Amino acid sequence: MTTRASHYTSPNQIDAPQRRTRSWNSLGTIIAWVVIAVILLITFFPFLWVIRTALTNSDAIFSNTSSLFPVDPTISNFERVLGLVDPASVVSQGGANVSAGVLDFWLYLRNTIIVAGSITIGQCLFSAMAAYAFARFHFPFRDRLFVIYLTGLMVPGIVLFIPNFVVVRQLGWIGTFQGIIAPSFLMTPFAIFFMRQFFLGLNTELEEAALLDGATKFGVFWRIALPLMRGPLLTLAVLTFIGSWNDYLWPLLVGRDESVRVLTVALGIFRQQTPQGAPDWSGLMAGAGVAIVPTLILFVFFGRRVVDSVQFSGFK
Amino acid sequence: MTTAKVLSVSKSNSKTSLQSRFANNEKLLGIAFILPSLIGFSVFFALPAIRSLFISFTEWNLLSPATYVGLSNYQTLFADERFWRSLGTTFAYVSWNIPLQTVLAIFIAVMMERIQNSSFLRGLIVLPWLLPNVVVALLWLWMLDPTLGIINVGLKAIGLPPQPFLGSPDQAIPSIALINIWRHAGYTAILVFVGLKTIPKSLYEAAQIDGASAWKQFWSITLPLLRPVLVFVLVTSLIGSFQIFDTVAIAERNAGPAGSTRVIIYYIYQQVFERGINMGLATAASVVLFLILISVTLFQLRFLRAGQSDLADYS
Repeated sequence: MTTRASHYTSPNQIDAPQRRTRSWNSLGTIIAWVVIAVILLITFFPFLWVIRTALTNSDAIFSNTSSLFPVDPTISNFERVLGLVDPASVVSQGGANVSAGVLDFWLYLRNTIIVAGSITIGQCLFSAMAAYAFARFHFPFRDRLFVIYLTGLMVPGIVLFIPNFVVVRQLGWIGTFQGIIAPSFLMTPFAIFFMRQFFLGLNTELEEAALLDGATKFGVFWRIALPLMRGPLLTLAVLTFIGSWNDYLWPLLVGRDESVRVLTVALGIFRQQTPQGAPDWSGLMAGAGVAIVPTLILFVFFGRRVVDSVQFSGFK
Repeated sequence: MTTAKVLSVSKSNSKTSLQSRFANNEKLLGIAFILPSLIGFSVFFALPAIRSLFISFTEWNLLSPATYVGLSNYQTLFADERFWRSLGTTFAYVSWNIPLQTVLAIFIAVMMERIQNSSFLRGLIVLPWLLPNVVVALLWLWMLDPTLGIINVGLKAIGLPPQPFLGSPDQAIPSIALINIWRHAGYTAILVFVGLKTIPKSLYEAAQIDGASAWKQFWSITLPLLRPVLVFVLVTSLIGSFQIFDTVAIAERNAGPAGSTRVIIYYIYQQVFERGINMGLATAASVVLFLILISVTLFQLRFLRAGQSDLADYS
């Protein structure tokens, strides 16, 4: 756990070209490709289905269940969800099974960005600072404190949620952004552990040279170590952002109010509002579709980093 | 440590202004750097964990002051048939979820390893894990819809009877398990894949010379040497699995059908938000869950001999 460079380099070593002379011949490889193709199909079919349903006219949802492509294609569901048209007018035009519930998408999007953005910035900065102190500075109780932090990794969320709910309530922060953000703003044990491993893997020569040149220790952290950690920091930021973007239970506990409602909570409420027998599937899928657009964008740009970080966590 | 030597040098050079002394004092700076995280840890991790225990010994509805009631919450809990049922439901979910997911992940990982340069593939396969639980639950709720869902349309097309899935007490928990397997299998496969890469290739070459079949190689080399990674995978995914909530909350109404999906977290949630605020009972249940998780983890670590590596046997 405390060895130096090994964690830093291992994700790269994994991709080193390997010469493998196993008895499995090309037949084995063909089977592997077929299996992988099936897995990918199962992985991606639901995405196709979200798009297909979201583009299907809500009147046609019930009549044409087997078409693989949008039936009577329309973007009206997206318009409805994004508030570009008044859902009441759609209902009055005889649109059956259209939920009158409005998903005030732009508001919830703004709220989610505020929440996920603040958590990401705070958590990455403060965790990086703490991680740097754990990796480089000597101060009382350093190692003991680190071990205590690590035990925090094992406490299940629900044990913390209820007392945290009480704390947030006592602070008067129910229904506020502070309330949603606070518990993960200053640290998570994982973030500190993650950054510490990378700081430990960083060669100290540059930092020592800067100190000899008269830089302060703080300056060394801020102008040398942190910029060198751009990559891991970015990875942590992407993971933290996606994680807080996806969070449901905590924002559900403290942030139901319209003004701070995040997308996941809004989708949950939208789902509760749809009629029991005949939910507004096309509307729901349009909502689900737009809710994952930011994730997909991040994934396109940083997917590689996410995979590396997953591989990193396998090594800890 | 070399930094210590450098420190003494730079100390003598440094200006004596207060600001620069602070920026160079390792102890002060260390504490300053730790402070935000320490506040966060104390207020939102350590104290709440301890406080949970205290709250579980009180009767408290948040409106009037808490009163100490000793073990009465635990007695109420253990006498509550719904609590036991929710534990049973959670165990049922975990035993559908974890074995299938782990086996599938190992299978996917072995297949991925057969394919040269599968890094792009690993990127694709992790995608479901990045989606919000809420969205995953919604899209499967739609696909598994008893009458209109594409899965039943597909079943009918190949001549099988349509299934109620999330709508029946018998199938709801397995369906929710399948949904989460879809979300997590790729992620778990990548973890296993990392483990596969650590197995020395020379072992397979030696086994090949001895004429061992691929199947035999898998059982006597791959699986035993994968154990450290599998322990990690099992411990973390079990802890997550026991805390299933989001999917149930979205895919089912009021833990239906007929309360058949009231998992333990849902039970706790209801104690606080739906059945009159009962903080004592809710935290007591969460403490019990915590104890279960610790025991399961310790049992796994012991049973799977996490600390030892089989690799030593081969060297």
